[in-house]
Amino acid sequence: METLWVYLQMGGHGGFIWASYGAVLVILFGLWLISRRFAGAVQTELAVLDRDRPHRQARQNRET
Amino acid sequence: MSGFWTIVRRDLKLAQRQGMDSYMVVAFFVIAVVLFPFGVGPEANILARISSGVIWVAALLAAMLSLERLFQIDFEDGSLELMALQPVPLEVVVMAKITAHWLTTGLPLLVATPLLAVFMNLPYEGFWVLVLTLAIGTPSLSLIGAIGAALILGSRRGGVLLSLLILPLYIPVLIFGVSAVDGAISGLSVKAHLLIMAGLLVAALPLCPWAGAGAIRQALET
Amino acid sequence: MIFHKYANPNRFLKLATTIQPWAAGATGLFFVTGLYFALLASPGDYQQGETVRIMYVHVPAAWMAMFCYTAMAMAAAVGLIWKHPVADLAARSTAPIGACFTFLALFTGSLWGKPMWGTWWVWDARLTSVLILFFLYLGYMALANAFDDPARGSKAAAILALVGAVNVPVIKFSVDWWNTLHQPASVVKIGGPAIHSSMLVPLILMALAFKAYYIWVLLIRIRGEINAGKIRALRLRQVHGGPPPIAARPSQGVN
Repeated sequence: METLWVYLQMGGHGGFIWASYGAVLVILFGLWLISRRFAGAVQTELAVLDRDRPHRQARQNRET
Repeated sequence: MSGFWTIVRRDLKLAQRQGMDSYMVVAFFVIAVVLFPFGVGPEANILARISSGVIWVAALLAAMLSLERLFQIDFEDGSLELMALQPVPLEVVVMAKITAHWLTTGLPLLVATPLLAVFMNLPYEGFWVLVLTLAIGTPSLSLIGAIGAALILGSRRGGVLLSLLILPLYIPVLIFGVSAVDGAISGLSVKAHLLIMAGLLVAALPLCPWAGAGAIRQALET
Repeated sequence: MIFHKYANPNRFLKLATTIQPWAAGATGLFFVTGLYFALLASPGDYQQGETVRIMYVHVPAAWMAMFCYTAMAMAAAVGLIWKHPVADLAARSTAPIGACFTFLALFTGSLWGKPMWGTWWVWDARLTSVLILFFLYLGYMALANAFDDPARGSKAAAILALVGAVNVPVIKFSVDWWNTLHQPASVVKIGGPAIHSSMLVPLILMALAFKAYYIWVLLIRIRGEINAGKIRALRLRQVHGGPPPIAARPSQGVN
Protein backbone atom coordinates (compact mmCIF):
# COMPACT_ATOMS: atom_id res chain seq x y z
CA MET A 1 0.00 0.00 0.00
CA GLU A 2 2.80 2.35 0.95
CA THR A 3 4.73 1.69 -2.27
CA LEU A 4 1.59 2.25 -4.35
CA TRP A 5 1.11 5.64 -2.70
CA VAL A 6 4.74 6.55 -3.38
CA TYR A 7 4.31 5.47 -6.97
CA LEU A 8 1.10 7.50 -7.41
CA GLN A 9 2.77 10.59 -6.00
CA MET A 10 5.50 10.49 -8.66
CA GLY A 11 7.94 12.51 -6.63
CA GLY A 12 5.40 15.22 -5.85
CA HIS A 13 4.32 15.81 -9.41
CA GLY A 14 1.71 13.05 -9.49
CA GLY A 15 -1.17 15.48 -9.99
CA PHE A 16 0.29 16.88 -13.21
CA ILE A 17 1.26 13.50 -14.59
CA TRP A 18 -2.02 11.74 -13.84
CA ALA A 19 -4.00 14.73 -15.12
CA SER A 20 -2.07 14.54 -18.42
CA TYR A 21 -2.66 10.84 -18.91
CA GLY A 22 -6.24 11.18 -17.72
CA ALA A 23 -6.93 13.96 -20.22
CA VAL A 24 -5.43 11.90 -23.04
CA LEU A 25 -7.50 8.84 -22.18
CA VAL A 26 -10.75 10.76 -21.59
CA ILE A 27 -10.53 12.84 -24.76
CA LEU A 28 -9.41 10.03 -27.04
CA PHE A 29 -12.06 7.70 -25.63
CA GLY A 30 -14.70 10.42 -25.95
CA LEU A 31 -13.82 11.15 -29.56
CA TRP A 32 -13.93 7.44 -30.36
CA LEU A 33 -17.32 7.12 -28.70
CA ILE A 34 -18.76 10.12 -30.54
CA SER A 35 -17.42 8.87 -33.87
CA ARG A 36 -18.83 5.39 -33.28
CA ARG A 37 -22.23 6.72 -32.25
CA PHE A 38 -22.35 8.91 -35.35
CA ALA A 39 -21.35 6.05 -37.66
CA GLY A 40 -23.74 3.67 -35.92
CA ALA A 41 -26.71 6.04 -36.07
CA VAL A 42 -26.11 6.70 -39.76
CA GLN A 43 -25.80 2.99 -40.49
CA THR A 44 -29.12 2.23 -38.80
CA GLU A 45 -30.85 5.05 -40.63
CA LEU A 46 -29.48 3.86 -43.94
CA ALA A 47 -30.58 0.30 -43.21
CA VAL A 48 -34.11 1.51 -42.49
CA LEU A 49 -34.19 3.56 -45.68
CA ASP A 50 -32.85 0.66 -47.74
CA ARG A 51 -35.38 -1.73 -46.26
CA ASP A 52 -38.27 0.61 -47.05
CA ARG A 53 -37.25 1.19 -50.61
CA PRO A 54 -38.51 -2.03 -52.27
CA HIS A 55 -41.91 -1.53 -50.61
CA ARG A 56 -42.12 1.95 -51.96
CA GLN A 57 -41.24 0.64 -55.36
CA ALA A 58 -43.92 -2.03 -55.21
CA ARG A 59 -46.56 0.40 -54.02
CA GLN A 60 -45.72 2.82 -56.80
CA ASN A 61 -45.97 0.01 -59.32
CA ARG A 62 -49.45 -0.91 -58.05
CA GLU A 63 -50.62 2.66 -58.25
CA THR A 64 -49.53 3.17 -61.84
CA MET B 1 -7.10 46.09 -67.61
CA SER B 2 -10.03 48.37 -68.40
CA GLY B 3 -12.33 45.74 -66.88
CA PHE B 4 -10.32 46.00 -63.69
CA TRP B 5 -10.76 49.73 -63.35
CA THR B 6 -14.43 49.55 -64.34
CA ILE B 7 -15.10 47.29 -61.36
CA VAL B 8 -12.96 49.39 -59.01
CA ARG B 9 -14.87 52.52 -60.09
CA ARG B 10 -18.22 50.73 -59.74
CA ASP B 11 -17.41 49.52 -56.23
CA LEU B 12 -16.14 52.95 -55.17
CA LYS B 13 -19.28 54.56 -56.53
CA LEU B 14 -21.45 52.04 -54.71
CA ALA B 15 -19.54 52.61 -51.47
CA GLN B 16 -19.88 56.34 -51.92
CA ARG B 17 -23.59 56.12 -52.61
CA GLN B 18 -24.29 53.87 -49.66
CA GLY B 19 -21.97 56.13 -47.75
CA MET B 20 -21.04 55.67 -44.14
CA ASP B 21 -18.99 52.48 -44.59
CA SER B 22 -15.60 54.19 -44.55
CA TYR B 23 -16.66 56.54 -41.78
CA MET B 24 -17.89 53.63 -39.70
CA VAL B 25 -14.62 51.78 -40.12
CA VAL B 26 -12.60 54.82 -39.10
CA ALA B 27 -14.95 55.55 -36.21
CA PHE B 28 -14.59 51.98 -34.99
CA PHE B 29 -10.81 52.22 -35.31
CA VAL B 30 -10.66 55.44 -33.27
CA ILE B 31 -13.12 54.30 -30.59
CA ALA B 32 -11.45 50.91 -30.17
CA VAL B 33 -8.09 52.58 -29.58
CA VAL B 34 -9.56 55.24 -27.30
CA LEU B 35 -10.96 52.49 -25.07
CA PHE B 36 -7.46 51.42 -24.08
CA PRO B 37 -6.53 54.42 -21.92
CA PHE B 38 -9.73 53.70 -19.99
CA GLY B 39 -8.75 50.08 -19.68
CA VAL B 40 -5.08 50.36 -18.70
CA GLY B 41 -5.02 53.85 -17.20
CA PRO B 42 -3.75 57.14 -18.63
CA GLU B 43 -0.05 56.86 -17.64
CA ALA B 44 1.86 58.25 -20.60
CA ASN B 45 4.71 55.72 -20.54
CA ILE B 46 2.41 52.68 -20.39
CA LEU B 47 0.38 54.04 -23.30
CA ALA B 48 3.56 54.72 -25.26
CA ARG B 49 4.74 51.18 -24.60
CA ILE B 50 1.55 49.53 -25.90
CA SER B 51 0.62 52.16 -28.53
CA SER B 52 2.02 50.35 -31.59
CA GLY B 53 0.39 47.06 -30.68
CA VAL B 54 -2.97 48.61 -29.82
CA ILE B 55 -3.14 50.67 -33.00
CA TRP B 56 -2.19 47.66 -35.11
CA VAL B 57 -4.70 45.31 -33.48
CA ALA B 58 -7.46 47.92 -33.80
CA ALA B 59 -6.56 48.44 -37.47
CA LEU B 60 -6.73 44.67 -37.99
CA LEU B 61 -10.20 44.43 -36.48
CA ALA B 62 -11.41 47.53 -38.30
CA ALA B 63 -10.20 46.20 -41.65
CA MET B 64 -12.22 43.05 -40.99
CA LEU B 65 -15.49 44.89 -40.31
CA SER B 66 -16.52 45.54 -43.88
CA LEU B 67 -14.97 42.35 -45.29
CA GLU B 68 -18.12 40.32 -44.79
CA ARG B 69 -19.92 42.35 -47.41
CA LEU B 70 -17.03 42.33 -49.90
CA PHE B 71 -18.71 39.71 -52.11
CA GLN B 72 -21.93 39.05 -50.18
CA ILE B 73 -24.15 41.70 -51.78
CA ASP B 74 -22.97 40.94 -55.31
CA PHE B 75 -23.43 37.23 -54.60
CA GLU B 76 -26.98 37.67 -53.37
CA ASP B 77 -28.22 39.92 -56.17
CA GLY B 78 -26.55 37.77 -58.83
CA SER B 79 -24.10 40.35 -60.16
CA LEU B 80 -21.18 38.18 -59.09
CA GLU B 81 -22.46 35.47 -61.43
CA LEU B 82 -22.59 37.98 -64.28
CA MET B 83 -19.05 39.11 -63.50
CA ALA B 84 -17.90 35.48 -63.59
CA LEU B 85 -19.41 35.11 -67.08
CA GLN B 86 -17.55 38.13 -68.44
CA PRO B 87 -14.43 37.71 -70.58
CA VAL B 88 -12.47 39.32 -67.73
CA PRO B 89 -10.94 36.53 -65.61
CA LEU B 90 -12.56 36.13 -62.21
CA GLU B 91 -9.16 36.62 -60.58
CA VAL B 92 -9.04 40.16 -62.01
CA VAL B 93 -12.56 40.82 -60.74
CA VAL B 94 -11.51 39.66 -57.26
CA MET B 95 -8.37 41.79 -57.41
CA ALA B 96 -10.46 44.82 -58.41
CA LYS B 97 -12.84 44.29 -55.51
CA ILE B 98 -9.90 43.93 -53.12
CA THR B 99 -8.45 47.19 -54.45
CA ALA B 100 -11.76 48.94 -53.90
CA HIS B 101 -11.96 47.46 -50.40
CA TRP B 102 -8.50 48.76 -49.55
CA LEU B 103 -9.31 52.20 -50.94
CA THR B 104 -12.47 52.40 -48.82
CA THR B 105 -11.07 50.92 -45.58
CA GLY B 106 -7.25 50.63 -45.57
CA LEU B 107 -6.64 54.14 -46.81
CA PRO B 108 -9.02 55.87 -44.35
CA LEU B 109 -7.39 53.92 -41.53
CA LEU B 110 -4.04 55.27 -42.64
CA VAL B 111 -5.40 58.80 -42.59
CA ALA B 112 -6.74 58.37 -39.05
CA THR B 113 -3.47 56.98 -37.71
CA PRO B 114 -1.73 60.33 -36.85
CA LEU B 115 -4.62 61.25 -34.56
CA LEU B 116 -4.38 57.93 -32.73
CA ALA B 117 -0.60 58.17 -32.50
CA VAL B 118 -1.12 61.43 -30.59
CA PHE B 119 -3.83 59.93 -28.37
CA MET B 120 -1.66 56.94 -27.51
CA ASN B 121 1.45 59.03 -26.94
CA LEU B 122 3.40 57.09 -29.57
CA PRO B 123 7.07 58.16 -29.50
CA TYR B 124 7.92 60.37 -32.43
CA GLU B 125 10.59 58.00 -33.80
CA GLY B 126 7.97 55.34 -34.40
CA PHE B 127 5.42 57.51 -36.14
CA TRP B 128 6.55 57.31 -39.76
CA VAL B 129 7.36 53.64 -39.44
CA LEU B 130 3.84 53.03 -38.11
CA VAL B 131 2.31 54.79 -41.10
CA LEU B 132 4.65 52.92 -43.43
CA THR B 133 3.91 49.50 -41.94
CA LEU B 134 0.18 50.19 -42.10
CA ALA B 135 0.60 51.28 -45.71
CA ILE B 136 2.32 47.98 -46.57
CA GLY B 137 0.30 45.86 -44.17
CA THR B 138 -3.32 46.88 -44.80
CA PRO B 139 -3.24 45.75 -48.48
CA SER B 140 -2.11 42.33 -47.22
CA LEU B 141 -5.02 42.34 -44.77
CA SER B 142 -7.50 43.12 -47.57
CA LEU B 143 -5.95 40.42 -49.77
CA ILE B 144 -5.99 37.66 -47.13
CA GLY B 145 -9.41 38.75 -45.93
CA ALA B 146 -10.85 38.43 -49.43
CA ILE B 147 -10.24 34.65 -49.31
CA GLY B 148 -12.31 34.43 -46.15
CA ALA B 149 -15.02 36.68 -47.59
CA ALA B 150 -15.23 34.41 -50.64
CA LEU B 151 -15.27 31.21 -48.57
CA ILE B 152 -18.25 32.20 -46.43
CA LEU B 153 -20.51 32.96 -49.42
CA GLY B 154 -23.75 31.06 -48.95
CA SER B 155 -22.90 29.87 -45.44
CA ARG B 156 -25.31 30.00 -42.52
CA ARG B 157 -23.31 32.32 -40.28
CA GLY B 158 -21.26 35.09 -41.80
CA GLY B 159 -19.34 37.59 -39.77
CA VAL B 160 -18.27 35.62 -36.72
CA LEU B 161 -17.19 32.74 -38.90
CA LEU B 162 -15.16 35.11 -41.04
CA SER B 163 -13.21 36.39 -38.05
CA LEU B 164 -12.45 32.83 -36.95
CA LEU B 165 -11.10 32.01 -40.40
CA ILE B 166 -9.12 35.16 -41.01
CA LEU B 167 -7.67 36.35 -37.71
CA PRO B 168 -5.15 33.48 -37.30
CA LEU B 169 -3.89 34.21 -40.81
CA TYR B 170 -3.39 37.88 -39.90
CA ILE B 171 -0.89 37.07 -37.14
CA PRO B 172 2.32 37.30 -39.25
CA VAL B 173 1.35 40.74 -40.59
CA LEU B 174 0.60 41.90 -37.05
CA ILE B 175 3.87 40.56 -35.65
CA PHE B 176 6.08 42.22 -38.25
CA GLY B 177 4.09 45.45 -38.26
CA VAL B 178 4.31 45.92 -34.51
CA SER B 179 7.92 44.79 -34.16
CA ALA B 180 8.98 47.23 -36.89
CA VAL B 181 7.44 50.14 -34.99
CA ASP B 182 8.91 48.95 -31.68
CA GLY B 183 12.29 48.53 -33.37
CA ALA B 184 12.17 52.06 -34.72
CA ILE B 185 11.28 53.43 -31.28
CA SER B 186 14.26 51.68 -29.69
CA GLY B 187 16.51 52.93 -32.48
CA LEU B 188 17.10 49.71 -34.39
CA SER B 189 17.17 49.26 -38.14
CA VAL B 190 13.74 48.25 -39.41
CA LYS B 191 14.75 47.44 -42.97
CA ALA B 192 14.42 43.69 -42.41
CA HIS B 193 10.91 44.01 -40.98
CA LEU B 194 9.75 46.19 -43.84
CA LEU B 195 11.29 43.88 -46.41
CA ILE B 196 9.53 40.87 -44.89
CA MET B 197 6.22 42.76 -44.86
CA ALA B 198 6.75 43.72 -48.49
CA GLY B 199 7.56 40.07 -49.20
CA LEU B 200 4.29 38.97 -47.58
CA LEU B 201 2.44 41.51 -49.72
CA VAL B 202 4.18 40.38 -52.92
CA ALA B 203 3.36 36.74 -52.13
CA ALA B 204 -0.26 37.55 -51.27
CA LEU B 205 -0.78 39.66 -54.41
CA PRO B 206 -1.08 36.75 -56.86
CA LEU B 207 -2.07 33.96 -54.43
CA CYS B 208 -5.02 35.57 -52.68
CA PRO B 209 -7.02 36.64 -55.77
CA TRP B 210 -6.40 33.16 -57.18
CA ALA B 211 -7.64 31.38 -54.05
CA GLY B 212 -10.51 33.85 -53.69
CA ALA B 213 -11.60 33.28 -57.29
CA GLY B 214 -11.49 29.54 -56.70
CA ALA B 215 -13.71 29.91 -53.66
CA ILE B 216 -16.18 32.11 -55.58
CA ARG B 217 -16.37 29.59 -58.45
CA GLN B 218 -17.32 26.92 -55.92
CA ALA B 219 -19.95 29.17 -54.38
CA LEU B 220 -21.44 29.86 -57.82
CA GLU B 221 -21.47 26.19 -58.82
CA THR B 222 -24.13 25.33 -56.28
CA MET C 1 -2.68 5.44 -59.10
CA ILE C 2 -3.89 3.49 -56.13
CA PHE C 3 -6.15 6.15 -54.69
CA HIS C 4 -8.26 6.41 -57.83
CA LYS C 5 -9.34 2.87 -57.17
CA TYR C 6 -10.79 3.94 -53.84
CA ALA C 7 -12.61 6.98 -55.23
CA ASN C 8 -15.61 4.67 -55.31
CA PRO C 9 -17.08 4.95 -51.80
CA ASN C 10 -18.35 1.37 -51.79
CA ARG C 11 -14.96 -0.03 -52.68
CA PHE C 12 -13.46 2.16 -49.99
CA LEU C 13 -15.99 0.88 -47.46
CA LYS C 14 -14.90 -2.69 -48.19
CA LEU C 15 -11.25 -1.75 -47.68
CA ALA C 16 -12.13 0.10 -44.46
CA THR C 17 -13.95 -2.93 -43.11
CA THR C 18 -10.81 -5.01 -43.64
CA ILE C 19 -8.40 -2.52 -42.08
CA GLN C 20 -10.52 -1.35 -39.16
CA PRO C 21 -10.08 -4.36 -36.81
CA TRP C 22 -6.32 -4.28 -37.40
CA ALA C 23 -6.18 -0.58 -36.58
CA ALA C 24 -8.25 -1.19 -33.46
CA GLY C 25 -5.98 -4.04 -32.38
CA ALA C 26 -2.83 -2.02 -33.04
CA THR C 27 -4.23 0.90 -31.05
CA GLY C 28 -4.96 -1.32 -28.06
CA LEU C 29 -1.62 -3.12 -28.23
CA PHE C 30 0.50 0.03 -28.56
CA PHE C 31 -1.49 1.87 -25.91
CA VAL C 32 -1.07 -0.89 -23.34
CA THR C 33 2.65 -1.42 -23.98
CA GLY C 34 3.22 2.32 -24.37
CA LEU C 35 1.52 3.11 -21.07
CA TYR C 36 3.43 0.29 -19.38
CA PHE C 37 6.77 1.71 -20.52
CA ALA C 38 5.75 5.32 -19.97
CA LEU C 39 4.43 4.90 -16.44
CA LEU C 40 6.16 1.82 -15.01
CA ALA C 41 9.17 0.54 -16.90
CA SER C 42 11.07 3.78 -17.48
CA PRO C 43 13.17 5.76 -15.02
CA GLY C 44 12.58 9.41 -14.17
CA ASP C 45 14.85 11.93 -15.84
CA TYR C 46 17.79 13.12 -13.70
CA GLN C 47 16.96 16.74 -14.58
CA GLN C 48 13.20 16.83 -14.80
CA GLY C 49 12.38 14.02 -12.41
CA GLU C 50 9.11 12.20 -12.91
CA THR C 51 7.52 15.03 -14.93
CA VAL C 52 9.39 13.69 -17.94
CA ARG C 53 6.57 11.14 -18.15
CA ILE C 54 4.24 13.91 -19.38
CA MET C 55 6.51 14.20 -22.40
CA TYR C 56 5.52 10.68 -23.49
CA VAL C 57 2.01 11.93 -24.28
CA HIS C 58 2.80 15.59 -24.95
CA VAL C 59 5.35 15.14 -27.71
CA PRO C 60 3.42 12.45 -29.65
CA ALA C 61 0.26 14.60 -29.39
CA ALA C 62 2.16 17.58 -30.81
CA TRP C 63 3.47 15.37 -33.63
CA MET C 64 -0.04 14.20 -34.36
CA ALA C 65 -1.29 17.81 -34.36
CA MET C 66 1.13 18.61 -37.19
CA PHE C 67 0.65 15.26 -38.91
CA CYS C 68 -3.14 15.59 -38.97
CA TYR C 69 -2.98 19.10 -40.44
CA THR C 70 -0.61 17.90 -43.17
CA ALA C 71 -2.81 14.88 -43.88
CA MET C 72 -5.89 17.12 -43.94
CA ALA C 73 -4.30 19.59 -46.36
CA MET C 74 -3.11 16.78 -48.63
CA ALA C 75 -6.53 15.12 -48.63
CA ALA C 76 -8.09 18.53 -49.33
CA ALA C 77 -5.74 19.03 -52.29
CA VAL C 78 -6.56 15.58 -53.70
CA GLY C 79 -10.26 16.31 -53.25
CA LEU C 80 -9.98 19.66 -55.04
CA ILE C 81 -7.72 18.61 -57.90
CA TRP C 82 -9.05 15.12 -58.72
CA LYS C 83 -12.58 15.64 -57.35
CA HIS C 84 -11.97 12.55 -55.27
CA PRO C 85 -15.08 12.16 -53.07
CA VAL C 86 -13.47 9.98 -50.39
CA ALA C 87 -10.53 12.40 -50.06
CA ASP C 88 -12.99 15.21 -49.29
CA LEU C 89 -14.54 13.10 -46.56
CA ALA C 90 -11.12 12.10 -45.25
CA ALA C 91 -10.09 15.75 -44.89
CA ARG C 92 -13.36 16.56 -43.18
CA SER C 93 -13.05 13.56 -40.84
CA THR C 94 -9.42 14.29 -39.96
CA ALA C 95 -10.14 17.78 -38.60
CA PRO C 96 -11.82 16.83 -35.28
CA ILE C 97 -9.15 14.19 -34.57
CA GLY C 98 -6.40 16.70 -35.28
CA ALA C 99 -8.12 19.30 -33.13
CA CYS C 100 -8.32 16.82 -30.24
CA PHE C 101 -4.61 16.01 -30.49
CA THR C 102 -3.78 19.73 -30.72
CA PHE C 103 -5.83 20.41 -27.63
CA LEU C 104 -4.09 17.54 -25.83
CA ALA C 105 -0.68 18.90 -26.83
CA LEU C 106 -1.63 22.30 -25.37
CA PHE C 107 -3.21 20.83 -22.25
CA THR C 108 -0.36 18.46 -21.41
CA GLY C 109 2.15 21.17 -22.35
CA SER C 110 0.52 23.42 -19.81
CA LEU C 111 0.61 20.65 -17.19
CA TRP C 112 4.27 20.10 -17.99
CA GLY C 113 5.01 23.83 -17.87
CA LYS C 114 3.65 24.34 -14.37
CA PRO C 115 6.30 22.26 -12.54
CA MET C 116 8.99 23.10 -15.13
CA TRP C 117 8.50 26.84 -15.69
CA GLY C 118 6.37 27.67 -12.67
CA THR C 119 3.44 28.96 -14.76
CA TRP C 120 0.59 27.32 -16.61
CA TRP C 121 1.24 29.18 -19.80
CA VAL C 122 4.38 30.58 -21.37
CA TRP C 123 4.38 32.45 -24.67
CA ASP C 124 7.02 30.05 -25.88
CA ALA C 125 7.42 29.88 -29.66
CA ARG C 126 6.41 26.23 -29.90
CA LEU C 127 3.38 26.51 -27.62
CA THR C 128 2.22 29.65 -29.43
CA SER C 129 2.48 27.98 -32.83
CA VAL C 130 0.46 25.01 -31.57
CA LEU C 131 -2.17 27.40 -30.20
CA ILE C 132 -2.50 29.07 -33.60
CA LEU C 133 -2.71 25.62 -35.20
CA PHE C 134 -5.62 24.91 -32.87
CA PHE C 135 -7.38 28.05 -34.11
CA LEU C 136 -6.79 26.93 -37.69
CA TYR C 137 -8.49 23.61 -36.90
CA LEU C 138 -11.43 25.42 -35.28
CA GLY C 139 -11.80 27.66 -38.33
CA TYR C 140 -11.73 24.67 -40.65
CA MET C 141 -14.35 22.80 -38.64
CA ALA C 142 -16.59 25.87 -38.34
CA LEU C 143 -16.44 26.46 -42.10
CA ALA C 144 -16.96 22.80 -43.00
CA ASN C 145 -20.16 22.73 -40.95
CA ALA C 146 -21.47 26.18 -41.90
CA PHE C 147 -23.32 25.12 -45.05
CA ASP C 148 -26.64 23.36 -45.53
CA ASP C 149 -24.97 21.13 -48.10
CA PRO C 150 -22.06 19.31 -46.42
CA ALA C 151 -20.35 18.68 -49.78
CA ARG C 152 -20.20 22.43 -50.35
CA GLY C 153 -18.81 22.86 -46.82
CA SER C 154 -16.09 20.29 -47.49
CA LYS C 155 -15.03 22.11 -50.64
CA ALA C 156 -14.89 25.57 -49.07
CA ALA C 157 -13.02 24.11 -46.09
CA ALA C 158 -10.60 22.37 -48.47
CA ILE C 159 -9.53 25.76 -49.87
CA LEU C 160 -9.15 27.06 -46.33
CA ALA C 161 -7.00 24.04 -45.40
CA LEU C 162 -4.69 24.73 -48.33
CA VAL C 163 -4.48 28.45 -47.54
CA GLY C 164 -3.70 27.47 -43.95
CA ALA C 165 -1.05 24.98 -45.07
CA VAL C 166 0.68 27.71 -47.09
CA ASN C 167 0.47 29.98 -44.07
CA VAL C 168 1.71 27.54 -41.42
CA PRO C 169 5.43 28.01 -42.26
CA VAL C 170 4.95 31.79 -42.39
CA ILE C 171 3.19 31.77 -39.03
CA LYS C 172 5.87 29.49 -37.56
CA PHE C 173 8.62 31.81 -38.82
CA SER C 174 6.93 34.97 -37.57
CA VAL C 175 6.18 33.46 -34.15
CA ASP C 176 9.82 32.35 -33.78
CA TRP C 177 10.94 35.86 -34.72
CA TRP C 178 8.47 37.44 -32.29
CA ASN C 179 9.58 35.07 -29.55
CA THR C 180 13.28 35.91 -29.87
CA LEU C 181 12.35 39.62 -29.64
CA HIS C 182 10.33 39.18 -26.47
CA GLN C 183 12.37 36.64 -24.56
CA PRO C 184 11.37 37.23 -20.95
CA ALA C 185 14.39 36.99 -18.67
CA SER C 186 12.54 35.33 -15.79
CA VAL C 187 11.54 32.27 -17.77
CA VAL C 188 14.04 29.48 -17.61
CA LYS C 189 14.41 28.17 -21.11
CA ILE C 190 14.89 24.45 -21.06
CA GLY C 191 16.29 22.99 -24.20
CA GLY C 192 14.73 19.97 -25.78
CA PRO C 193 15.42 17.18 -23.36
CA ALA C 194 18.33 15.01 -24.40
CA ILE C 195 16.64 11.85 -25.57
CA HIS C 196 17.89 8.83 -23.71
CA SER C 197 17.19 5.40 -25.14
CA SER C 198 15.02 4.52 -22.16
CA MET C 199 12.84 7.51 -23.11
CA LEU C 200 12.79 6.62 -26.77
CA VAL C 201 10.89 3.36 -26.27
CA PRO C 202 7.78 4.82 -24.56
CA LEU C 203 7.90 7.85 -26.84
CA ILE C 204 7.82 5.76 -30.01
CA LEU C 205 5.23 3.35 -28.61
CA MET C 206 2.89 6.20 -27.68
CA ALA C 207 3.44 7.83 -31.08
CA LEU C 208 2.50 4.53 -32.76
CA ALA C 209 -0.54 4.20 -30.50
CA PHE C 210 -1.73 7.69 -31.49
CA LYS C 211 -1.17 6.98 -35.16
CA ALA C 212 -3.07 3.69 -35.02
CA TYR C 213 -5.84 5.44 -33.09
CA TYR C 214 -5.98 8.11 -35.80
CA ILE C 215 -6.40 5.50 -38.55
CA TRP C 216 -9.02 3.62 -36.55
CA VAL C 217 -11.20 6.63 -35.71
CA LEU C 218 -10.67 8.12 -39.17
CA LEU C 219 -12.07 4.98 -40.79
CA ILE C 220 -15.07 5.03 -38.45
CA ARG C 221 -15.76 8.66 -39.27
CA ILE C 222 -15.32 8.26 -43.03
CA ARG C 223 -17.69 5.31 -42.99
CA GLY C 224 -20.24 7.48 -41.20
CA GLU C 225 -19.77 10.33 -43.67
CA ILE C 226 -20.13 8.03 -46.69
CA ASN C 227 -23.35 6.54 -45.33
CA ALA C 228 -24.63 9.99 -44.40
CA GLY C 229 -24.03 11.02 -48.02
CA LYS C 230 -26.02 7.99 -49.21
CA ILE C 231 -28.89 8.92 -46.90
CA ARG C 232 -28.94 12.48 -48.22
CA ALA C 233 -28.98 11.20 -51.79
CA LEU C 234 -31.81 8.78 -51.02
CA ARG C 235 -33.86 11.47 -49.33
CA LEU C 236 -33.29 13.84 -52.24
CA ARG C 237 -34.45 11.09 -54.54
CA GLN C 238 -37.60 10.57 -52.49
CA VAL C 239 -38.34 14.26 -52.86
CA HIS C 240 -37.41 14.75 -56.50
CA GLY C 241 -37.90 11.24 -57.82
CA GLY C 242 -34.80 11.39 -60.03
CA PRO C 243 -32.20 8.65 -60.51
CA PRO C 244 -29.80 8.31 -57.57
CA PRO C 245 -26.34 9.85 -57.88
CA ILE C 246 -23.59 7.32 -58.48
CA ALA C 247 -22.27 7.54 -54.95
CA ALA C 248 -25.64 6.48 -53.56
CA ARG C 249 -26.20 3.51 -55.84
CA PRO C 250 -25.97 0.40 -53.68
CA SER C 251 -23.45 -2.10 -54.93
CA GLN C 252 -25.87 -5.02 -54.89
CA GLY C 253 -28.21 -3.12 -57.24
CA VAL C 254 -31.65 -3.17 -55.60
CA ASN C 255 -33.17 -1.12 -58.42
